[in-house]
Amino acid sequence: MSDASYLSLEKLTLAYGDSVAVANLDLNIRKGELIALLGPSGCGKTTTMRAIAGLLAVKSGHVRLDGADITRVPANKRAVGLMFQSYALFPHLSVYENVAFGLKLKGMRGPELETKVQSGLKSVGLSTFANRKPAELSGGQQQRVALARSMVMEPKVLLLDEPLSNLDARLRLEMRTELQRVQKETGVTMIFVTHDQAEALALADRIVVMKSGKIEQIGSPEDIYNRPTSSFVADFVGFENIFPLENGKMKTSAGLIDLSGKPPSAAGLAWRPRMVSLGTGPFQGTVRGTSFAGDSREYLLDTSLGPIKAEVEASQPAHALGADLFFDLPPEKAAPLLRFV
Amino acid sequence: MTLRSLFIPITLLLVIAFLIGPFLIIVAASFSAGETLAFPPQGFSLRWIAKVFTVESFRASFGMSLFLAIGGTAAALILGIPASYALSRYKLPGAEIVRTVVSAPIIVPGIIVGLALLRYIVVPFQVGITLALFLAHTALVLPYAVRVVSASLDNLRSDIEEAAVLLGSSRLGAFFRVVMPNIRGGIMSAFILGFVTSFNQVPVSLFLSGPGVRTLPVDMIAYMEIVFDPSVAALSSLLAFLSIGIVFVAERFLGFSRYV
Ligand SMILES: Nc1ncnc2c1ncn2[C@@H]1O[C@H](COP(=O)(O)OP(=O)(O)OP(=O)(O)O)[C@@H](O)[C@H]1O
Ligand SMILES: [Mg+2]
Repeated sequence: MSDASYLSLEKLTLAYGDSVAVANLDLNIRKGELIALLGPSGCGKTTTMRAIAGLLAVKSGHVRLDGADITRVPANKRAVGLMFQSYALFPHLSVYENVAFGLKLKGMRGPELETKVQSGLKSVGLSTFANRKPAELSGGQQQRVALARSMVMEPKVLLLDEPLSNLDARLRLEMRTELQRVQKETGVTMIFVTHDQAEALALADRIVVMKSGKIEQIGSPEDIYNRPTSSFVADFVGFENIFPLENGKMKTSAGLIDLSGKPPSAAGLAWRPRMVSLGTGPFQGTVRGTSFAGDSREYLLDTSLGPIKAEVEASQPAHALGADLFFDLPPEKAAPLLRFV
Repeated sequence: MTLRSLFIPITLLLVIAFLIGPFLIIVAASFSAGETLAFPPQGFSLRWIAKVFTVESFRASFGMSLFLAIGGTAAALILGIPASYALSRYKLPGAEIVRTVVSAPIIVPGIIVGLALLRYIVVPFQVGITLALFLAHTALVLPYAVRVVSASLDNLRSDIEEAAVLLGSSRLGAFFRVVMPNIRGGIMSAFILGFVTSFNQVPVSLFLSGPGVRTLPVDMIAYMEIVFDPSVAALSSLLAFLSIGIVFVAERFLGFSRYV
């Protein structure tokens, strides 16, 4: 086992009956890394997590953890923790008993158990709630119990399936910080699933973008945000102006356009709305829509290239609907795409 | 007040009268001092209530009914809980068919079930009367057990079992550690419903009862054919109050009506 592959998925293929949900997935995760699994609904995020946890049988390929092939190891012997979106607390047990559940199964008893459970509860700030039932807790508190219940087991990997999606915006931020803190304190390897790119960017060491059962791109938050390698990822992280290149020329509804200074050997180019410069430039468009977003203003332009989205500082003078504007797509700002899908 | 506004209260009263009326008549008749079952009762006495406890055959058949109700329901639950679990947790092929078949005795008249059991099981296989009654009552209670237990399983999210497994429990262990405790209310309700159903069951028992082995309701019918005194009414009243007591306690402590 090298350092770079504490947890590795090798040619992992997962299926429900005959329908393949995840195909030939390769992924290496370092010890202590915090990985975000990002992708649209149905792309196989939950399926992948369930396979790592052992809740779903692997069709082909391997899962290795800490040097051992765990592909056929049953879920209860894997030392993999999973936090469910619904928390999955045991409703008949108190908070204390929920956290003690796994430790008792390990044979832990007496003062050792007591100490361990109490310190688990303390680490999530729930010491005073030990005797409550899950139904008597708020969503955020239930989440913390679930976190403590997983963490006292000292799992080698903790999987979190959309851990924050059931919480309101403020709690979300709070739990985000909490997860980060727990991860830092314990050094546990974490993989969390999210729909929310902001969450992934804020939390993860590396982001894995998935699309229909395959990995589309793996990279640091900066990589994913600034240097998407495919039109799919570019679109997913907010590049809204995307054009394919053909023979080095940009393919638009106005035909092929030669941009001087464009990067060589790309399959496409992508600009965030903020990268479009409004006011001057070789292209012209008509304002079809505008929306105000506090410190910025977004315009939807009708142009011969097709629809273009541009964003400018709100302090700039506003343009009215129907106004004709010049604009430029500066090639040096564009993200070059290696794949156009 | 118009006739219109009286319509609903009057309908309600009539419904209550039809439901409760016969019961009140029986209760009144059991306190009669007369020699025959009659309404209105002649005088007041507790002699028929007292007599119930002295009739030898009532005591034997009460024991038999109790045995069938407890044993049959327990057996139905032992079969029904795993069956309900499998039906609710695994996408089995033909699960719907199994559900329908299992609940058939609810739909099919008891007379037919009794006749079928007698004709195709009891007679060909020379099954003893007690065993035959036991099997019949188990079969009769099974659909109720499956229905009530299924209802409480469907209310329980299945991811708590997976959570238990990931915390180190086996699948079977997870069933006993986190599923059973959470469907306890449903199981108790199924038990009570099964008990009452079995205890009050007449047609099937009628077919299967034999010399010396009878359930209480069958015995009461037989008794009435010979002796027409108010003791049958007294016994009915006692049983009715017993049932009401059980259901009341169940509702109070288990929220019985949630499952039925
Ligand atoms: N139990 C199942 N039986 C059959 N197919 C399933 C099952 N669960 C998921 N699938 C299919 O497998 C694919 C991947 O599903 P999965 O749940 O992994 O997606 P996901 O990325 O977690 O989506 P979401 O973001 O909506 O949770 C989907 O096409 C889905 O329809
Ligand atoms: Mg999912």
